[in-house]
Amino acid sequence: MNLWSRLMCSCRRRSPWIFHMNSGSCNGCDIELVASLTPRYDAEQLGVRLEGSPRHADILCITGPVTRNSVHAIETVYGQVCSPKAVVAIGSCPATTNVFIDSRVLDGPLNRHIPVDVFVPGCPPRPDAILQGIAKAAEILAERGSRPLVNEENQQ
Amino acid sequence: MSYKIPMGPYHPALEEPYKLDMICDGETVSDAKLHIGFNFRGIEHLAETRNYIQVIALMERVCGICSNIHTLTLCQAMEKLTGIEPPLRALYIRVVMAELERLHSHVLWAGIAAKLMGFKTMFMTCFALREKVMDVLQAISGNRVNYSMNRIGGVNRDIEDPLALLSMVEELEREMVHTIIPIFTTSTTATLRCAGIGILTNEKAISCGVVGPTARASGVPQDLRRAAPYAAYSEMEFDVPVEKAGDVRARLLVRALEIMQSCRILRQALTKMPSGEFNTGDGKIVFSTGTATSRVEAPRGEVVYSVSWKENSRNPARVHVRTPTFQNMPAIRWMVIGARLADTPLIQASIDPCYSCTDR
Ligand code: SF4
Repeated sequence: MNLWSRLMCSCRRRSPWIFHMNSGSCNGCDIELVASLTPRYDAEQLGVRLEGSPRHADILCITGPVTRNSVHAIETVYGQVCSPKAVVAIGSCPATTNVFIDSRVLDGPLNRHIPVDVFVPGCPPRPDAILQGIAKAAEILAERGSRPLVNEENQQ
Repeated sequence: MSYKIPMGPYHPALEEPYKLDMICDGETVSDAKLHIGFNFRGIEHLAETRNYIQVIALMERVCGICSNIHTLTLCQAMEKLTGIEPPLRALYIRVVMAELERLHSHVLWAGIAAKLMGFKTMFMTCFALREKVMDVLQAISGNRVNYSMNRIGGVNRDIEDPLALLSMVEELEREMVHTIIPIFTTSTTATLRCAGIGILTNEKAISCGVVGPTARASGVPQDLRRAAPYAAYSEMEFDVPVEKAGDVRARLLVRALEIMQSCRILRQALTKMPSGEFNTGDGKIVFSTGTATSRVEAPRGEVVYSVSWKENSRNPARVHVRTPTFQNMPAIRWMVIGARLADTPLIQASIDPCYSCTDR
């Protein structure tokens, strides 16, 4: 690994920018994600920043049980995040569709549509758990970024 | 020349997915259309397939911000159908939970409003303070968001030492009085940014049938805690703050004053809490055929549940929910007409919309 890619690797691990997307969640997880950015939990100490555009983000955080209405948007947004990227599914909803299981308007769970790297279970998970999930995704991101580009393209 | 600016449904400025189409003349908004339904999870239909215990857990997840209010309303309706009376202590605990939830919801709203004003420091301050409210909620229920406190015939957990919580509540009140309220009521940033925008006149408020703080900020003095007391509200003393101006600043003031009233109710409920059982019933629950409705004043306004049941059935025949945002949403159109484009995010946030409740 040359110096440049080592630097990139460390940057990705230490300063992941996240984009938050709500795919029909009950707001519980969204509020906890916002809470994890605020002074008590302070995600910025890990270099985490909430970004307004998926094109600027490294990590995609998805909450909610994936309604039919949002499937297309999820795929589009996933495509807009630049590689290397990681996906964190926050809450039990994207993992299993939670209490909404059997609903006909849902098209979950999330990993049927896009590959998910980290699941943070809980309804809703505590902000500390969300932070841990993001930190884990940052490690995955750094590792993914250090692989040569060819491999990554083959993999996709 | 007028042109259309679509915003959303997945837009960085929006917490939840919905779509706002604004027709603009230059910088001025001449009309607006709101599209919702991106959060539709079919909860009302799902409720018909769940039994009376599961349905409480399901309805709690209609909304993550006012989760306690939804179960409270549902349990009240189901109590009417089963004829079970919750004991007095349970009613007091319900009041404590409802007021704590109102506190955290209003502080959260203040934070989001501050963010939309571009007042980031205030956003962080509000959220830091909200964590203190969450501490109290967590001390009582063990959870931060979905508290699962209500059940048919009472509450699931007792408040073992109400007087110990009193000191936490007093500290909260002190912080509210010293930081949040002065900033929102006297700071020039907040005043200049909010005064005179998004005006909803008294007549329009009545004809749109708006509820909650939105109505009270337009001079409609309605509050279900006063007009149709539920739980133990008939034994509490409090004022209903009303403002006449109808602009965003009035909504801000109403919520700030409500925070103070919530603290006052909390103090009374914790000191006066009677001893005794906190739930009744030996687990035998028999429903009678019929429909029961229940109304509750949520942080955003009036929530109505209408629950139908058939005898000998374990599942409800129908659970219908009407949430406050559904009532307040049409008023956004009248608020934004004539407003500047840059003000619209703040104006639409000023009704404290919750689309995940509305879509269900
Ligand atoms: S996991 Fe729970 S809190 Fe999170 S969105 Fe789903 S229902 Fe809401």
